[in-house]
Amino acid sequence: MNTTAKIVRYEVRDVLRSRSLIAYALFFFGLTDVLLRFGGGGARAALSLMNVVLLLIPLVAIVFGTIYLYNAREFTELLLAQPVHRRQLFAGQYLGLALPLCAAFVVGLASALALHSGEDANHLATLVVVAACGIVLTLIFTAFAALVVARVDDKVKGIGIAIGLWLAGTVLYDGLVMLGLMAFADYPLERPALAAMLANPIDLARVLILMRLDVSALMGYTGAVFEKFFGSAGGTALASLALVLWTGVPLLLGARRFQRKDF
Amino acid sequence: MIRITELTKRFGPLHVLRGLDLEIAAGRVTAIVGPNGAGKTTLMKTILGLTRSDGGRILVDGERVSDDPAYRSHIGYMPQIARFPENLSAAELIAMLRDLRGADTAIDDDLIARFRLDDQLRKPLRVLSGGTRQKVNAVLAFLFQPDLLVLDEPTAGLDPVSSGILKAKIAEARDAGRTVIVTSHVLSELDALADDIVFLVDGQLRYTGSVHDLKVATRQLSLERAVAHVMVEGAVA
Repeated sequence: MNTTAKIVRYEVRDVLRSRSLIAYALFFFGLTDVLLRFGGGGARAALSLMNVVLLLIPLVAIVFGTIYLYNAREFTELLLAQPVHRRQLFAGQYLGLALPLCAAFVVGLASALALHSGEDANHLATLVVVAACGIVLTLIFTAFAALVVARVDDKVKGIGIAIGLWLAGTVLYDGLVMLGLMAFADYPLERPALAAMLANPIDLARVLILMRLDVSALMGYTGAVFEKFFGSAGGTALASLALVLWTGVPLLLGARRFQRKDF
Repeated sequence: MIRITELTKRFGPLHVLRGLDLEIAAGRVTAIVGPNGAGKTTLMKTILGLTRSDGGRILVDGERVSDDPAYRSHIGYMPQIARFPENLSAAELIAMLRDLRGADTAIDDDLIARFRLDDQLRKPLRVLSGGTRQKVNAVLAFLFQPDLLVLDEPTAGLDPVSSGILKAKIAEARDAGRTVIVTSHVLSELDALADDIVFLVDGQLRYTGSVHDLKVATRQLSLERAVAHVMVEGAVA
């Protein structure tokens, strides 16, 4: 087994035993169960779940991630004094965090779904898309956590920046896009809107889920353009590429900083 | 064992190490002393490769300290602050480091018995007291019978009995031919332990040599008085 896998193995054990992670899994179990029970039909349950997933998962991934990595600073030093390459440790710490976070979310969601096995297959497929988006957002925002901790030495400042990134990605970005769309309402905005969606992973996840829910008709002509784009093979490839970049770029930048850093 | 030439390090405007030339002999205990901010911890971390120097070089057993981490398989490090993953146990921590070093390396865990840590090994590290964590920290440093031990304030937070056990262990390691580098703020503690002394002030070498020679040169009986003498007089004689 290689060094990275060894680090992942022990860190996963540590993270899985933390109380907040268990609470996180129980939360998604309870939420999914309640929504399927009282949410009024599978499609509406999926829509409500989507809204929680898009807000909460980025927040938990980036905040839990930065706090965990800052608390592990002394242990990071101890591990770096072992015969271990820095990039192996960086990769190990990232995966050791991201994998348990994904697992907690998926286990919570899936065990609630198991209680409602009567759901029809179409809604189940939508929920699978919601789960996939949740996993991808976890990978992306844990990568940002690793980047912030590698670049910023001060813990309080780092956590502040992490929360700022989350706010920028969820609230601020949408606000600015809306403002832009309103300001240029007289022009054809389908393509700029599409570009704006691709440039923010949370919005991209939202569009990918909405496309499955047949509510795109509500979005008028823009909805039709989106439908055509994401329905095509090229569009799907571009969307996937955007998500890969949103994970890969912060990880690469973080790894580069980690490589040169003074501990 | 360790040869340091022209070592410099800056942290922004702070010039922490200013062209340090130093040799640390094999098979001896070398104490690094100096006022706060003199560069003691930075020097140790540079030897370990945790901090990158801006200039100069360090040879550990003829191997240059570099990106290749292989040289660290002969080093045991005891950091100043003993903080470990909260939900792992000490036994899991030991297993993790053994995994990382390769399972075939010889193990010396006799400090576990001497510190009476057996019934603490299975508990999560978060419930252990600061002193107990410091004992675990010491166990990890000595675990792989390293040729070079780097100990940053090893007895801080230990009760007198445990501190005595650790000092005895350090002396045994030295007698077995291992090299030890140690820092401490308690100079009286180093008196019985250290063979050589490296005295840093403002990132520069003020004195290096054997503890005995320093005491003779300054005509003082204790290391504490001898170091104080050098600090006040600015020179040995």
